[in-house]
Amino acid sequence: MKPVNEIFEILKKEFDSSIISSDDSCIITNPFMMDKIAWFLKKNEELSFDSLMCLSGVEEPKVKNSDKTDSLSVYYHLHSIKLKHKLTVKTIVPKSNPEVESVENIWKCAGWHEREAFDLLGIKFIHHPDMRRILLPDDWEGYPLRKDYKAPEFYNGMKVTD
Amino acid sequence: MALQTEEMVLNMGPQHPSTHGVLRLELILDGEVVVDVIPHLGYLHRCFEKHSESMTYPQVIPYTDRMDYLASMSNNLGYAIAVERMMNIEVPERVEYIRVIMAELQRIASHMVAVATNGLDIGAFTPFLYLFRDREKILSLFEMTCGARLLYNYIWIGGLSHDIHPDFLRLTKEFIEYYKPKIDEINDLLSFNKIFIERTANVGIIPLDSAISYGFTGPNLRASGLAFDLRREDPYSIYDRFDFDIPVGEGLQGTVGDSWDRYFVRILEMKESLKILEQAVDQVPDGNVKSAIPKRIKPPVGNIYSRTENPRGELGYFIISDGTLNPFRVKVRAPSFVSLSAMGELCKGHLVADVIAVLGSIDIVLGEVDR
Amino acid sequence: MYNFLVDILGNEIIVMIITASLPLFLFVIPFALVAVYAERKVSAHMQDRLGPMRVGYHGLLQTVADILKLFQKEDIVTEKADKSLFNIAPFLVFAGSYAAFAALPFSSIFIGTNTDIGLFYIIAISSLVVAGILMAGWASNNKYSLLGAMRSAAQIISYEIPTALVILSLVMFTGTLNLHTMSELQTSSFLNWNILGGSETGIIKIILIPFMLIGCLILFISTLAEVNRTPFDIPEAESELVAGFHTEYSGMKFAMFFLSEYANMFAVSAIITSVFFGGYQSPFGYLGDLAGIDWLVPIEQLFWFSAKGLFFVFVQMWLRWTLPRLRVDQLMTVCWKYLIPYSFVNLIIIGIITLL
Repeated sequence: MKPVNEIFEILKKEFDSSIISSDDSCIITNPFMMDKIAWFLKKNEELSFDSLMCLSGVEEPKVKNSDKTDSLSVYYHLHSIKLKHKLTVKTIVPKSNPEVESVENIWKCAGWHEREAFDLLGIKFIHHPDMRRILLPDDWEGYPLRKDYKAPEFYNGMKVTD
Repeated sequence: MALQTEEMVLNMGPQHPSTHGVLRLELILDGEVVVDVIPHLGYLHRCFEKHSESMTYPQVIPYTDRMDYLASMSNNLGYAIAVERMMNIEVPERVEYIRVIMAELQRIASHMVAVATNGLDIGAFTPFLYLFRDREKILSLFEMTCGARLLYNYIWIGGLSHDIHPDFLRLTKEFIEYYKPKIDEINDLLSFNKIFIERTANVGIIPLDSAISYGFTGPNLRASGLAFDLRREDPYSIYDRFDFDIPVGEGLQGTVGDSWDRYFVRILEMKESLKILEQAVDQVPDGNVKSAIPKRIKPPVGNIYSRTENPRGELGYFIISDGTLNPFRVKVRAPSFVSLSAMGELCKGHLVADVIAVLGSIDIVLGEVDR
Repeated sequence: MYNFLVDILGNEIIVMIITASLPLFLFVIPFALVAVYAERKVSAHMQDRLGPMRVGYHGLLQTVADILKLFQKEDIVTEKADKSLFNIAPFLVFAGSYAAFAALPFSSIFIGTNTDIGLFYIIAISSLVVAGILMAGWASNNKYSLLGAMRSAAQIISYEIPTALVILSLVMFTGTLNLHTMSELQTSSFLNWNILGGSETGIIKIILIPFMLIGCLILFISTLAEVNRTPFDIPEAESELVAGFHTEYSGMKFAMFFLSEYANMFAVSAIITSVFFGGYQSPFGYLGDLAGIDWLVPIEQLFWFSAKGLFFVFVQMWLRWTLPRLRVDQLMTVCWKYLIPYSFVNLIIIGIITLL
């Protein structure tokens, strides 16, 4: 078991500015370094996060009275079966151009989770081998889990909303 | 000169007798040999995650029923535990025991379907009906508890919707005694049937490291040889009080992590669940099952990833609260969704008939895959 | 009976046609109705349920109702299907399996055509079914149908070899291809049945018994595969290929496939009965002989023939509702690696014993 701040120190030493910050629950990283960080998290003997429990795309909650631009984020819930510790890694991307490096080749199960995040929130995962919609039809418009999403009235001539 | 052959694309599903729901598999075939399998999902997508954002926390529970409709109790339990952890609710002992009993009964019922349909896919029709006959008995137990046979909405945040029926514990004990010998009957009829072994052993093998990488959990991971069970590894509720073993795949009939192992781990797990039930049924204390249900369910700002051991594997709820009555985001890590993503890997090089055997052995529920 | 009909009708060809098709009308159609009902009841009771209970007493009229329903169904021919082949196929399959009945000796006086090449004819005519199945699979223009038809053709043709080899050994042993003569040779007691060494006596009979048993088992297994029954039902493996070669068929054409399947079940059972289990001969002797009523004997023979045949049909159903199904490559392994070598060895040994 390693507490988050220790893992944060290890990562900070290795990746420096790509590791942005950490609070008591999660470590926030640079989206474009995600694949390298993930590789390190999996391969480092001290960490060896061999399993990705969950990968979730999320729209960041708006903070009142702040002028921060809208952003999306991706949560990686990691677990080490070997060392029995857990970690949450988070990466924040702007809503206008949400791009994250894919971790599909590190944890295979990320493939479909990333497709789901792309499908429902429109987060693009760079270097993903098969970046298609997964749950919705291929020609669906918009990303339903974004808070500003409005369901279309018609889909291929069929009425969607009542 | 090599013979010129052409690959054939076979659309298996969404209407097909053994895709376990509305799943479409695009099979790329060379004769009858599978070159690739591409699953297409979404035929049963009911926007669970979007719906839950506009509902209050307790209102989400009936929707969790509808995800893995063969293990609704376990889904309820997973969600209730996640919210309780966010709000630091201590539930009464009686509730904990009843929850464990329900979850284990549900696990047996769900594994019955898994085993039955796996056999059915391979052509064994009779064990299928025997198992469904026994499953009815569990459903009747649920029905006398909460009135529903499939979608229970029984485990609430902080408690239960009803107390158990006065006869429930006695009937559960009767069921345990009734069902124990039936497992051996299924073993005689199906598990050690030569043809069944021929069809499932050494088919759809997934070694441990790639099973972990593909995010396999639950019986599927254990079949690959790792004794990883969240009831032990990450204890929730009161599972740390019970004595049970974690069966793992040993490659008895073939290689570790083949379809037969995945099948047989489920058979063994039914026995372990019976063991837990036997212990739990005798210890249920008195109490009020509704005393800890909060008046207003309004978790503090923050997020939680809480996971429980569903019959199909690790069911994770990632809930973000913004401090209002509605969850800001609920993401479900559905075990079937994750297992299904390995279909291509599992089926490559096998025959069409094996695709069915493998699909049956990883035991997916489309309601959960598509949510 | 043949001569009697010739006297009335005066034309031998018409009489031949009538006598050859009589079994069809007298036996096959009612048998199929009963067998479908029996299959449902047998499976139901094996599976701890009741089966059809609504139509008639204990659902007795269920199959009749089903047939009526099938008559009323729309006859769907898919747009892209090869229409002429699609329409011919069910009749060909139907014809193939029904024609086999012509040479089956139901009783000493009741045989469609008492031809000297009866067994050869049955083996040959039942191969017609393969053509029908391939036709159905190809013409449906459906991938499941095509896969099912290919599997079916491969399976039926492969399993004809062990069937023919076992039958050949029996033909050597009895010295006849005529099923009627073969049945006559096994007369008077079940000790004279071919499965128990036929009319041989002494030590040769005892040596023969194990090889006859092996032959019988091989014949049973391979005919089971020839009629596509579980565990060899992969051409119509429901869980993989939906319904195999007859996926696209509806209404009466589907009913034809269905009926010919049941007719086939009885046909192969009848062959096993005729070849190994004394055909229409009673195992103990006849009540008619005892009482001195001549016309009772053929009726008793008909009873014994049907009873033995239905017993094997029951065994087929029993297996179907007990066993899972094999995979296509395992099916071929069973045939080419086990059944054919064993039946070859069996053929040689029975041949040597016969020569002794």
